[in-house]
Amino acid sequence: MTETLLEIKGLRKSFGALKATDDVNLDVQAGEIHALIGPNGAGKSTLIGQIAGGLKPDEGQIRFLNRDVIPLSVAKRARMGLGRSFQISSLAMEVSALKNVILAVQAREGSSFKFWKQVRSDQGLMDEAMIQLERVGLADSARTVTSELSHGQRRQLEVACALALKPKLLLLDEPMAGLGAGGSQRLTEFLESLKAEVGILLIEHDMDAVFQLADRISVLVYGRVIETGTVDQIRQSAQVREAYLGEEE
Amino acid sequence: MTDTLNRETIVNISLAFLLLAAPMLALALDEPFYISLATKVAILSLAGVGLNLALGYGGMISFGHAAFFGVGGYVAGISAHHMFEGSDFLGLFAATDQLLLIWPMAIILCGGLAILIGLFSLRTTGVYFIMITLAFAQMIYYLGISIPTYGGEDGLPIYVRNQLPVVSSDDPLTFFLVCYALLMGGIFLSSRIIGSRFGAALQTARMNEVRLATVGIAPFPVKLTGFVLSAMITGLAGALFAELNGFVGPSMLSWHRSGEIMIFVILGGVGRLYGPLAGAALFILLEFFIGGFTDRWQFFLGLILLGVVLFAKGGLMGLIAGRARHD
Repeated sequence: MTETLLEIKGLRKSFGALKATDDVNLDVQAGEIHALIGPNGAGKSTLIGQIAGGLKPDEGQIRFLNRDVIPLSVAKRARMGLGRSFQISSLAMEVSALKNVILAVQAREGSSFKFWKQVRSDQGLMDEAMIQLERVGLADSARTVTSELSHGQRRQLEVACALALKPKLLLLDEPMAGLGAGGSQRLTEFLESLKAEVGILLIEHDMDAVFQLADRISVLVYGRVIETGTVDQIRQSAQVREAYLGEEE
Repeated sequence: MTDTLNRETIVNISLAFLLLAAPMLALALDEPFYISLATKVAILSLAGVGLNLALGYGGMISFGHAAFFGVGGYVAGISAHHMFEGSDFLGLFAATDQLLLIWPMAIILCGGLAILIGLFSLRTTGVYFIMITLAFAQMIYYLGISIPTYGGEDGLPIYVRNQLPVVSSDDPLTFFLVCYALLMGGIFLSSRIIGSRFGAALQTARMNEVRLATVGIAPFPVKLTGFVLSAMITGLAGALFAELNGFVGPSMLSWHRSGEIMIFVILGGVGRLYGPLAGAALFILLEFFIGGFTDRWQFFLGLILLGVVLFAKGGLMGLIAGRARHD
């Protein structure tokens, strides 16, 4: 039996009359890429927000590594091994790409309450950060100030930061957006190669990538998971086709 | 990039050298008054260096640093008062006139006070943070004017300056050198902190708290620690300021003082290591020279501040040394 990384049960979250998350059940197994698809406004990012900890659910359970994480802060969940990227990049924009990754490496290594030793002269920290940048293909832009990176590069940088945490589970919110066809293909291959190391909950609009990568797909519409299944099951589901994929085929 | 670095380093060294040279020149010209003017610049710069850590690097716009400046001053003043009277503090502690004891006391007390203020204030951000730090400082201010033992509204004179071992703190040049050394120590300490792991976390807290939390570092303790360190440095400056003036009063605790310290930082360049020195020096020079012509010198200060805020976002340092380096 595989290990369950993330288990969500009966999750509900409303903003006024809008049910952004409506009785969602979902799980991610170790070594699995679980894709979450759905039309705009279906509540995908809201769901990610609740898993990562920025948003508090109204009802339901979120268990990560067999532990109820709802009372835990964003930082604690990250330290447990939850890495994420954002739909709209959230980075330290005034500093270099490298410094963003260094911060993540330093966070994973432990204390940030060290006041004397200079980060600049900490070769171990730098090397480790460079490795992560190389993995996502950003090594050439290591010294570039983050605000000068393209949107696609910022997404890659967020993935590098998340990987630097050596996470057990990655939450990726539209990592392909803004990458272009070649970039998407490279990232797809890269995520495929990550599977052995980390479970991934992937939100993505690029259906080619989703169908190529996902072990399972959940379809979210108006806050509800209308179907969860393998790629073939989802492709063939009449309900999904009607609600989401449209009638193009 | 390297160009800007070199330029900033040159500007920094020049500033440090100019401040050191000023009292020497004053001595050579037999104008001892300028020694105390230079001492004032050094002390107020140190207060600014403290605030800069919170405001410039941590993004915490504290409008209440006069609380720490003043409390530091009162530690010096109260010690001198009891020493002079030969009485005990609250009948508990023997008075001391040893600066090497008084300074740590001022630093620790300000640190403790900052924990208290920070625990409440740092739950808010933006305008609310500005207002709540101001509110706390005002509370301390009113505490200051309401204790008659320590002078109340009139403040406390320091008749005999507190003492250092070996050297004489009464000698103006010696006292300048002590203050100057502490300023340089404060700047050096700041540079170490900023370049450390903690500094990286603190600056990320300013830029993007979500990013900090996302990598697993809780922002609150980082900000609180930065705020406390900042308060300790400003508190030490307050203790020095009281000694220089031979007086401590509620004016050291007033919100004008908070504003002044903030002006040093903004005028000099927010988040620039030597910014507070540049800012405080310009401030004191304006006060002294334009103040010599007209009592309305603050009108010109206002104009300059307006110019800096509108046209030179990096303050004086930005103007002279170019944009800040972040890599």
